[in-house]
Amino acid sequence: MSRQKPRRVAHPRAVRVMHWIGVYAMGCMIFSGWEIYNASPSLPFLFPHWAGLGGWLGGALAWHLSAMWLLLADGVAYLIYGFASGHFRRDLQPPSPAALAHDLGSALHFRLKHRSGHYNAVQRLLYGGVVLAVILQTMTGLAIWKPVQFGWLAGVFGGYPVARGLHLAIMLGIVAFVVLHVTLVAIHPSTLKSMVVSVPTESVAKGEESP
Amino acid sequence: MTETRITPALRMAEIQPELERLRRRGFLRRALSLGGLTLLTGCDLSTHSGIDAALEAILRFDDRIQKALFSPHRMAETYPASAITKPFRFNAYYAEWQVRPVPDNWALSVSGLVRDKRAWPLPALMALPQQGQITRHICIEGWSQIGQWSGVPLGVFLRRVGADLSARYVSFKCFDGYSTSIDMASALQSQTLLALDFETAPLTPQWGAPLRLRIPTKLGFKSAKNLEAIEVTNTYPGGYWENQGYDWFAGV
Repeated sequence: MSRQKPRRVAHPRAVRVMHWIGVYAMGCMIFSGWEIYNASPSLPFLFPHWAGLGGWLGGALAWHLSAMWLLLADGVAYLIYGFASGHFRRDLQPPSPAALAHDLGSALHFRLKHRSGHYNAVQRLLYGGVVLAVILQTMTGLAIWKPVQFGWLAGVFGGYPVARGLHLAIMLGIVAFVVLHVTLVAIHPSTLKSMVVSVPTESVAKGEESP
Repeated sequence: MTETRITPALRMAEIQPELERLRRRGFLRRALSLGGLTLLTGCDLSTHSGIDAALEAILRFDDRIQKALFSPHRMAETYPASAITKPFRFNAYYAEWQVRPVPDNWALSVSGLVRDKRAWPLPALMALPQQGQITRHICIEGWSQIGQWSGVPLGVFLRRVGADLSARYVSFKCFDGYSTSIDMASALQSQTLLALDFETAPLTPQWGAPLRLRIPTKLGFKSAKNLEAIEVTNTYPGGYWENQGYDWFAGV
């Protein structure tokens, strides 16, 4: 192996492109989803009208049933890339309980180290979790879009009304992730730069190699 | 500059929320149109006339996907009588007090690609083979309820009047001003009924008297009430909600 080997980029171009397409597609899904929810709220609250996308139920559904294709294409491309490139194996493997306890403790004391290109246990948990949540959300979405043609899938989730409730609950989970993620990015603004342009991986100090 | 103490017609604080809403709207629309382009790489953008045109094009694409996903052999789940939702929710494009009574001398007119265009008075429909179902009615708004209907399978009726079963559309007109249309494959699915009864009694006006469509493989707005005319056609008929932007196929 050459000693001049260039250092790995924190986020390869493919990941950066798929990330921002995903942000756009997920934004369309969430904001149009709020407008759809408002047509027949199942909980005693409405989402603010200004935050809804589509203007009315028909417009919101048109957005939702359009952006879903973009999200699906982006998500499938990301999953293929994640397995083929080793990104999932290298970066998003579920952390060990000990590593998670250690990093979560540091994070809660605002002492968690962040090195671009390296994923600590909290990041592994959050990013792995949101990938699973989006997959699950796609499945509950399919179940309530086609509860007869995909009756088996609606059955897996306990039938149409339960699947609809789960679709709402998982959306709230994804929104909670976004709030946390954006907060953490605000604490480490250099991570935003590394998701926009090519930034080399930060070198690892001796004895600091992640577990 | 002279200071005048005229009360302004509008105070900033009053219109701030509205301005804010418009600003965000504009932002979203601009941001979203970028994504619209991403979705439309196969389209000729020289004739592209805006986001709505793009969304409508994608809805037509969705209709083709929905048609491909539809199987005439897949049945909507049926439920026991104990699962029926009570009280059942009234729903129409108008309020319940505006429900129309059945016109005198009501008869179902039949037109288009059919051999026999005679109108059908109620007793003639009641003499046809009947079938019942307890199925879930799913509204496009998201709510759903389980109801019981019985009547003549639409496939039985279409064969009886000698309809061209290779035609693309079956269109429904109602005497309350409503209209809708469905694809022939869904019309022939065995759970699609020309319903005469709701629960165990003849339909009353608010449930669609004297005759309604009941199609559990589509969203609720396709189950048109208060029918007065059926047409079999190859010309896209649209419908009350479809013309305003609900997706036409609306399968579940």
